[in-house]
Amino acid sequence: MVSTIPITPVKLTAKDFKSDQEVRWCPGCGDYAILAAVQGFMPELGIPRENIVFVSGIGCSSRFPYYMNTYGMHSIHGRAPAIATGLSVSRPDLSVWVVTGDGDALSIGGNHLIHALRRNVNLKILLFNNRIYGLTKGQYSPTSELGKITKSTPAGSADSPFNPLSLALGAEATFVARTIDSDRKHLQSVLRAAAEHEGSAFVEIYQNCNIFNDGAFELIKDSTTREDHLIRLEQGQPITFGAQQQFSVTHPAGSFGLKVQEGGEALVHDATVDDPAYAFALSRLSGSDLGTTPIGVFRNVQRPSYDELITKQLVDAKSQADGTPEQMLDGLLNKADTWTIL
Amino acid sequence: MCSFPAGRRPWEVAKVSAGAKRVEQLDRVVIRFAGDSGDGMQLTGDRFTSETAQLGNDISTLPNFPAEIRAPAGTLPGVSSFQVHFADYDILTPGDAPNVLVAMNPAALKANLADLPSGADIIVNTDEFTKRNLAKVGYAVSPLEDGSLADFAVHPVALTSMTVGALAELGVAKKDGERAKNMFALGLLSWMYSRPFESTLRFLETKFAKRPDLVAANKAAFQAGWNFGETTESFTVRYEVKPARMKPGTYRNITGNQALALGLVAASVRSKLPLFLGAYPITPASDILHELSKHKKFGITTVQAEDEIAAIGAAVGASYGGALGVTTTSGPGVALKGETISLAIALELPLVIVDVQRAGPSTGMPTKTEQADLNMALFGRHGEAPLAVIAPKSPSDCFHAAIEAARIALKYRTPVILLSDNYVANGSEPWLLPSADELPDISVEFTTEPNGEDGRFLPYLRDPETLARPWAIPGTAGLEHRIGGLEKADKTGDISYDPANHEFMVRTRAQRIEAIEVPDIEVEDADESARVLVLGWGSTYGPIGAACRALRQRGLPIAQAHLRHLAPLPANLGEVLTAYDKVVIPEMNLGQLAHVIRAKYLVDAVPFNQVSGLPFTAATLENMLEDVVKNG
Repeated sequence: MVSTIPITPVKLTAKDFKSDQEVRWCPGCGDYAILAAVQGFMPELGIPRENIVFVSGIGCSSRFPYYMNTYGMHSIHGRAPAIATGLSVSRPDLSVWVVTGDGDALSIGGNHLIHALRRNVNLKILLFNNRIYGLTKGQYSPTSELGKITKSTPAGSADSPFNPLSLALGAEATFVARTIDSDRKHLQSVLRAAAEHEGSAFVEIYQNCNIFNDGAFELIKDSTTREDHLIRLEQGQPITFGAQQQFSVTHPAGSFGLKVQEGGEALVHDATVDDPAYAFALSRLSGSDLGTTPIGVFRNVQRPSYDELITKQLVDAKSQADGTPEQMLDGLLNKADTWTIL
Repeated sequence: MCSFPAGRRPWEVAKVSAGAKRVEQLDRVVIRFAGDSGDGMQLTGDRFTSETAQLGNDISTLPNFPAEIRAPAGTLPGVSSFQVHFADYDILTPGDAPNVLVAMNPAALKANLADLPSGADIIVNTDEFTKRNLAKVGYAVSPLEDGSLADFAVHPVALTSMTVGALAELGVAKKDGERAKNMFALGLLSWMYSRPFESTLRFLETKFAKRPDLVAANKAAFQAGWNFGETTESFTVRYEVKPARMKPGTYRNITGNQALALGLVAASVRSKLPLFLGAYPITPASDILHELSKHKKFGITTVQAEDEIAAIGAAVGASYGGALGVTTTSGPGVALKGETISLAIALELPLVIVDVQRAGPSTGMPTKTEQADLNMALFGRHGEAPLAVIAPKSPSDCFHAAIEAARIALKYRTPVILLSDNYVANGSEPWLLPSADELPDISVEFTTEPNGEDGRFLPYLRDPETLARPWAIPGTAGLEHRIGGLEKADKTGDISYDPANHEFMVRTRAQRIEAIEVPDIEVEDADESARVLVLGWGSTYGPIGAACRALRQRGLPIAQAHLRHLAPLPANLGEVLTAYDKVVIPEMNLGQLAHVIRAKYLVDAVPFNQVSGLPFTAATLENMLEDVVKNG
């Protein structure tokens, strides 16, 4: 946990985190499950509600702050990481969460996302990925699969999609994870790990848009197919999956990447490996087809957060303070070649 | 300790030779130092200005340099110049025409010759007048030899070789020796105008603290220049300009960007709020970021963001958290920030946006000045998105304008655009230092208690006097609330699509900017006989003022009024405008303020516009205004 954020002895409940606003997502939207999971998990943190802030951009997911009974800002398209950076850096006592979507974070806001991650700002970034623009009614997004037919791509999308985790890792993210809206237990375990991480935590949440892209993640949700396609990463455990755990993720000699095979010697998962190449290789296992999709914490390493470095500079400088602010200001104004007229 | 490495010291020279050369009294002088971008002309001008300031002359300066860091050496695009005007009375501009031009090479001579009045002194570095350098700027024959400079007093000086010669004993590398030629020039001019030089020696010791050899070389070059003036027959006269009669107090010379940065520090001190600056490097605003990043001792955080949008976004985030959020930029940056400014208007949070204007559109001329962002500041956002706009009128006024911008932002919880420009940002003048205790107290209070019934918090319940909403920052228990860019319901701040509510909120946002209290505009109209009013805003104050003075001295009455607050406009402006037969509005744009004045007050104001990238000269305005005063 970030040491600068206060902890309250008061026991809160999920209900304490529900605001008085009517939730207005489409019935059946995956966002409801994520909201409930977040509200249910928040009390665990022990952070007073007033020290929690949710900042969002624009899109369906970005309505999230209105429904949380914490401080919150529904900002503008793509800019939440930038706004949250200013808030987090200037207020180390706050737990700042960014809620964003695939269009918001990876298209219009791509620049801010990568820079927040590279700086390692103390933000918990939840990217609701439904692979479609929902609020603007169904255009393809930067995570939509190549050839996707939508309102704006009647002949199929010609854009190659981003792999959000690969992107985050390329931006030097220190914490990278993936989870699924419908798996509450897993979602909460990932959020817990993200909250405990000092620095940027990037969490991709596969979220179903039942109106414009229904069933996008069905392959890894449906009980008849998921066992053969969903890879659950667990720290210190061999990476195996399948109904009989018959598949393994292995590292073939002489190869840069990882491979899925039947049998074989499975790699033991270690998210704390410093070299990002490992987490990156894991992130490459899943493509648009979701054929082999790892979920869980891919990478969880430590390096100083931006907030910590900036705060240290401020504290060091302030320790040089030599008088009241007004006296120091007089000193500053006079700190030049001056002359006096009598 | 300041000492010269060898030979006679300048002050000894001065004593020994007192009376050897004629000393003439002048009331004002304009000197322009011009050379290649790498010749150190800005530094030379800066030092001369500092020496002059300490003598108590009034000063005004105009640096003029290309955007390229190092254009090809010796070419016209590479010419960089610094003009300083000093006088024994108070002056308002850096001067129209230089009395003295220091030309370090043929390009510098060619680029500046047209600005010189006949009889002006020209000091040329003859070492650079080589066939090759002459050819670079299209001189077939050296202008020093073809009689084309007959109207001027030309002083040929082998600046480079004399500098190198003077440093021979020091064992300085040839390149370093040649580079010290600007100090030779400074030494010569310092002698010529009887400037005190101790501060320059101190400056050299600090600047080259890690290179004692360069300290010695530059000091020796300065001394050689001084001695040259004393001994050569090329200069027969020394000049003195008596101190100006200025208000008692302690002064320093300051540029607009420095003053603006210090004003923001002062705003932080006097608001008791930590200052948070989000900025992205851009000419000519970057100096403010540089300056503020040095003052963390005051609790100032500076973030160099990934782009202009992130810079203002971070500032909005910091304001939301209870800091004084500031972003500094130039026109292209404001264009990018537009959407976030609108957000801040909807959120009703304090925010200061500094626009150091430069010539546009697009990249335009980044190191040249213009006032063409007024329309953007007033109107450049989607929806009805009003905010406050103020503009400093001089370099030192940037300090006070920054505090005023912060005062309005904090008290009225609104974004404020501060419209500086390249002319005031890089120009300098003497500044009577204020005392920190006498600066306005601009502190405000955060809301800590619920303001509604049953302990409810209403984030959009307004203060009846200022129409500002409560500033309740995260970390305040019991006041948890959500804000955002979607239209808010009055009082509760809930999302609202109600037509009547939107109408009410749009009108309220406009009304609350209109209701900001700003001082009345003052009119300078000596004997109240003027029939013509000249109205300006921002950095044109100096040249307009100088032109008005000149006209009055010639017995032509004219009234001058200057706008510092552009939104809202002063309450008495309409009355002032209609009191005159004619209103003239000079601007460095195509008539943006004139449009506003004509539309709002139905006054048939006459625009007078210049968009050359350079400030108005006083003479240009004097001629134009004379015509209006005489012929209507």
